[in-house]
Formats: sequence, C-alpha cells, structure tokens
Amino acid sequence: MKHDNGFKYFSLGTIWLWLTVFALLPLCLVILASFFSHNQEQLVTAPFTFENYLNLFNPFHLTVKIFERSFYIAGLSTIICLVLGYPFAFFIARMRNGWKGFLILLVIIPFWTSSLIRTYSMITILKPKGMLFGLTHHTIHILYTDMAVLIGLVYNLLPFMILPLLTNIERLDQQLIDAAKDLGANRFTTFTRIILPLTMPGILAGCILVFLPAMTIFYIPDLLGGAKSILLGNLIQSQFLVSQNWPGGSAVSIALTLLLGVLLMIYWRSKRDDEATELL
Amino acid sequence: MAGNVIELHGVSKTIHDHDILHDINLEVRNGEFLTLLGPSGCGKTTLLRLLSGFEEPTTGKIFIDGKDVSGLPPHLRQVHTVFQSYALFPHMTVFENIAFGLHCKKLPKNEIESRVAEVLKTVKLEKYTQRKPDQLSGGQQQRVAIARAIVNRPLVLLLDEPLSSLDYRLRKTMQLELKQLQRKLGITFIFVTHDQEEALSMSDRVVIMHEGGMEQIGTPRQVYEEPQNLTVAKFIGEVNIFDSRILAIDGKRVTVDIQGKQRIAKTTREFTVGEKVNVLVRPEDLRVLDHSEVDDTTDMFPGVVEEAIYKGTTVDLMVRLSNNKVVASTQFFDEDDDRLEYAMGEPVWISWLSGWEVVLPHEA
Repeated sequence: MKHDNGFKYFSLGTIWLWLTVFALLPLCLVILASFFSHNQEQLVTAPFTFENYLNLFNPFHLTVKIFERSFYIAGLSTIICLVLGYPFAFFIARMRNGWKGFLILLVIIPFWTSSLIRTYSMITILKPKGMLFGLTHHTIHILYTDMAVLIGLVYNLLPFMILPLLTNIERLDQQLIDAAKDLGANRFTTFTRIILPLTMPGILAGCILVFLPAMTIFYIPDLLGGAKSILLGNLIQSQFLVSQNWPGGSAVSIALTLLLGVLLMIYWRSKRDDEATELL
Repeated sequence: MAGNVIELHGVSKTIHDHDILHDINLEVRNGEFLTLLGPSGCGKTTLLRLLSGFEEPTTGKIFIDGKDVSGLPPHLRQVHTVFQSYALFPHMTVFENIAFGLHCKKLPKNEIESRVAEVLKTVKLEKYTQRKPDQLSGGQQQRVAIARAIVNRPLVLLLDEPLSSLDYRLRKTMQLELKQLQRKLGITFIFVTHDQEEALSMSDRVVIMHEGGMEQIGTPRQVYEEPQNLTVAKFIGEVNIFDSRILAIDGKRVTVDIQGKQRIAKTTREFTVGEKVNVLVRPEDLRVLDHSEVDDTTDMFPGVVEEAIYKGTTVDLMVRLSNNKVVASTQFFDEDDDRLEYAMGEPVWISWLSGWEVVLPHEA
C-alpha cells in the first residue's frame, strides 16, 4: 500500500508542478501585466493602472465592438454546430450495427491533420474560382467574408459538438422513450419533454466546447475572414505581436477568461444539480 | 362491458428469420388478471410489445376492444405498460411522471391535479409527490410506475416482469398489493413473469408459453393439477416422472405398469392398451414410508433416502429408487408424524394415493 501511495503522490505532484510552472505562473504574470501601462520602448512599464480594463467598458473603444462581434460569430457557429450535430449524433448513437464505429471514426479522422492546414485547404475550396465555385459563371464571394469564417469555425469545431452529444445520447435509455410513447406522447412531445431534457448535459458540454474555442481561434478569421474580420483571438494576438501592447492584450485575455469562467460555472451548476439529486 | 377486451387471431412474429411467436390465439376476458408465464426467450415480452404497439405481428390480427389495431402506434392505443425497470422519467418529479400521460391528452390543469391526487392515494404515495424517482426506494418506484399507467384509465394494463428487481420480501408484498389493486380498479391486467409461484398466486388465468407457442391456458389450479403436457408439468412446480405403459383400460381407470409393479391410475384422456405413457406425481403427493409403517407393499417402490433437507414447514427428501432413479418428495409435519426424521441411506417405501397422479402420452 505504501508503494502505491508513493506512486500516487509522484504522479499528482508531477502534474501539479507542471501546471504551476507552465499555467498558473504565466497566468499570474498576465494578470500582473494587465495592470501596468505600456509605451513604445518597453513592453510593460509603470505606473500601475486600471486603464486597460476601463477601455474594455468604453463603448467607443474598438475592443467592445470586437467582444460583441466575437460573441455573435461564436454564438452563431455554436448554434449551427448544434443544429447540424444533434441529429447526426442522435442517429449514430442509436445505431446498432457495424456502421456506428465507422461513422464515429469519420468524425475523428480530421483530427489527424493539423487544423491550420485544413483551414488553408478551405481557401482553395472557397475562393471565387476555387473548387466549389469554379464551375459557375458568376463570381461568388464567400472567401474573406463572415460567411467563410462561420464555415471554417463550424467545420473545425463540429466534432467537439458531436462527441459529447454522442456519449450523452448513447446513455439515453430506450425504455424511457418507449414509456413516453406508451403513455400517449407523440414524437414531438417525446422529443421536447423527454429526449431534450435528458440530453441537456450533452448539449451544454458540446456548446461550451464549441463556444470557447470559437471565441479565441485566431487563425480561422485570419485566413478565411481576411483583414476586416477581427475577433477576440485576433485582437489578443495583434496586441501582443503587432502593436506590442502587452498590458492591453493581457487585460483582454483576463476579461475573456473571466467571462468563459462564468459560463463554465453555469455549466457546472447545472451538472451539480443533476449529481446532487442522483446522490440523494 | 363483458366479453373479451383483447383477441389475438393467428398471431405470429418473425424477427430476422427467427420464429419468435407462432400462431398465437388468445382471448383476454375483460377485467381478468392474466399471466403470461414462461422461461426467458419464450416470446412473452414480444407478445406484450405486440399488444402495446411497439412491434407489429408478422401475420395474424390483434383486436383491442373489438377494433383491429394493426398499424396503430403505441401512443394511440388504450393499453399502458409498466416496464421491467419502471422507466420513470428521471428529470421529473413523481407528480410530473404521473401527470405525463394526462398532459399528452391535453386535459385541463385542475382535472390533471385531481386525478393524479386520486391515484397517488390509491398507491399510497401522497407524501412523495415532489420527489424525483432516484429519491425513492424500489417499491415506491414500482408504485409510481403503476400509478403513471393507471392514471390514464387504460383498458388493459401490461406489466413486464415488474417485480423481478425487488427483493423477496418486497416482492411478496407487492404481489398482494397488485392483486388487490387489480380487484379494486377492475382493469384487465396482463402480467408477464418467469416466476411460476408469482403466476399461480396472482392470476385468474395463466398462459404457459414455451419457445414462441402457447402450451396451455387455464386457471392456476388447472395448469398445476392437470398439465396438458410434460413441458407445462416441468415448468410449473417440481414433478417426478415415471416411464410407464398402459396394461388395461376400464373407463377412466387405467392400469399402468411402473417398474414392474401394477398400479391403478385415473385419467380423462384416451389411451390404448400397450401405449407408452408418463406418469407424473408431484413431490407433495409422494409419500415416503419407513419399513416399520407398512405391511402391504404391492403398489409401493423401494428406495433409499439420499438427501433430507429441513425447510421449516416441510422436509424435502431425495429418494433413490431401486432402478437408480431419484425422486423428490415433500413431507409435511402433521399429527401423525411430527418429527419427520430421516437418516441418510435409510431404506424406505414410496407410494402415492391412486388418482393423484397425472397420466400423459409418452414424450422423450
């Protein structure tokens, strides 16, 4: 037993150390940096200030607009992923033959290639004389619009919606659906009153897994949205790497982290309620 | 409303070339407690699913309340099911679970409330309306499942092994409650079980099913005391089977030869002289007598006690006969014999009262 404990502490300790050095410490530095000023010569400098955060709440400041737009784009892609992913996950989860494993494999295969490369390849598909529109006589401008960003986000993030839904729907007891029908529920009622509430944890998990990255993946709007399309991820990236405004970029990062933290808490609350009733 | 609430005419069901049910003809009387009894895989659950509408028969017709229900989906049928694992909706309270069927019918709110309250009283769950299913014990969940079905006032209530997940004591209590509830409500119950004791103690009539067919239908007494074939006899209770032959026939009395001894047996079946038969005797009808007790052993069989198991109210004996066949006998304590002590290897005579046996045509 003592030996087992030694391994346990070693394993936990390694991870703790790793995360402290490479996650907690950098995060503290970012928090610290977000309260400093910035000038042309130095990345981070005195004096201590709240200006970086106040800028976030200034309605005339660009950041607020980008926040709004990011929410809009990320929210829209989450909804599209849900609408596309839910029926797909539902039918795969309830398949009983060999096709099921194969179809899940098809969902996972894209992960084997870098998402950056796959996004580049979408340019060749979406460009005006590209693979998709090359045969039409009209020039259709999709590349470098919000539409292209949405397509890119949905394409890249759809598996993150499908997989949690799949595991959730697989656990759904067929007898409950039978019972609903038996008690006189038609297909619509069965779906809204039984299936939907029982798969809500999967829906929430999927939405969070899509929404969070959709807010911050900067290369998809960069590559597919062109120069006009700036989302939060791009803003943070350009503040750090282009305008060298580390305190400003840090403040945006922290604000985003807090916001997503709140969303996660909402999710955990809904989950904990479930577990609490299960324990009783 | 008298007559048959459900009729099945020549119903069979084939799934992936497997014959699940073949040629089922069954009439379920209005208000009766009918049990489908059989080992797992005999098709009894499939039969229930045909009635509830989750499966359609391959051939044959099903009539519910005189109407052909082929093609009618489950939610439009006036039968409701209590599922084996109850299938209570985990995200709903007891009240919401029970009200679900009434909501589907779009009844007014106050009627839903009064009907749910009424049925909660019937199943004695008034205090638990706001609990979620996983906050209830097995027996309480069972009651919610029943309440959820009967609140819709179905013509027929289908129960798919609803007691199988309860422990022995609770199962006994629920058997009694179910039976009382059925009497009180007057709803036809079709109850599926593989537990023969449960079937005998609860039902008005029992259908014995085996490998997709109906072997016998009758009252518990009929199927136990007058089994129509060996399958039924073996499935319901324990039975000792003697290979035998008809020596003579005199009306309802036949003389049979068992291990070289002649015995008179009573039967209502038609046999011919010389026909091979099986003579069936239930363990509780088999008498085990010790050597000091008997003088005339002409129709008795010698044996040796191999095992004696004290069961409290009875002693179960295994006796090896002279031809090496082992028979089971259940001895009851009574005023003649209040000790019932047997030693292993003790030589005994076994016998039974003429007429207490069942004679069936020989089956392998």
